[in-house]
Amino acid sequence: MKVKVLYFASLREQLGTDHEEIELPAGVATVAALKSHLRGRGGAWQRALADGKLVRMAVNQDMAQPADAIQAGDEVAFFPPVTGG
Amino acid sequence: MKVSVQTQDFDAGAELRALQRDPKVGAVASFIGVVREVAMTLEHYPGMTEKALRRIVDDAAARWQVMDCTVVHRTGALEPTDQIVLVAVASAHRGDAFAACEFIMDYLKTQAPFWKKEAAGWVEARASDDQAAERWK
Repeated sequence: MKVKVLYFASLREQLGTDHEEIELPAGVATVAALKSHLRGRGGAWQRALADGKLVRMAVNQDMAQPADAIQAGDEVAFFPPVTGG
Repeated sequence: MKVSVQTQDFDAGAELRALQRDPKVGAVASFIGVVREVAMTLEHYPGMTEKALRRIVDDAAARWQVMDCTVVHRTGALEPTDQIVLVAVASAHRGDAFAACEFIMDYLKTQAPFWKKEAAGWVEARASDDQAAERWK
């Protein structure tokens, strides 16, 4: 299935991209699985999305937890903890 | 209820007066966040930002008597002393207005997707902001 993935702020800079469309392999059906899939690219992806790094996630513009499901056509975003206000 | 994410400055006086038109309103509490000391650029997640702010305002209105509310948050390049954010809540009495205003600000700080970048780099999130939001649970 295909999903749209967005990256913001320091993550966007570390990864060198702000968005992409990804065709996910079978079995990648949660936010945590997508993150792990992206980490598998190695290099900056491995470092920026490493366990222990504070990365927040959203699915269809709502804050998401690692176990939350993703479906074809979803918009998934990865970003650092927010600092507005 | 008004939520606006914008690059241009806002007129806080005009925003507050707009919340006082209903004769049932007896209190308007407000907060203005201002750029302190160093210039910054504010990035946000268009779409999610407005959605998150609306949800926070709705949550406040479910907990307190909120007759009207205005949230304005700026993005883009900002200089010291520039206004960043306005949260203003109208209610019949001050208790609800103060509480709802502080709640909205605390949740905005931890839930609304804005990020500040200064010349020295991206501003780190603070644990004290998470703790401030936690106390409302």
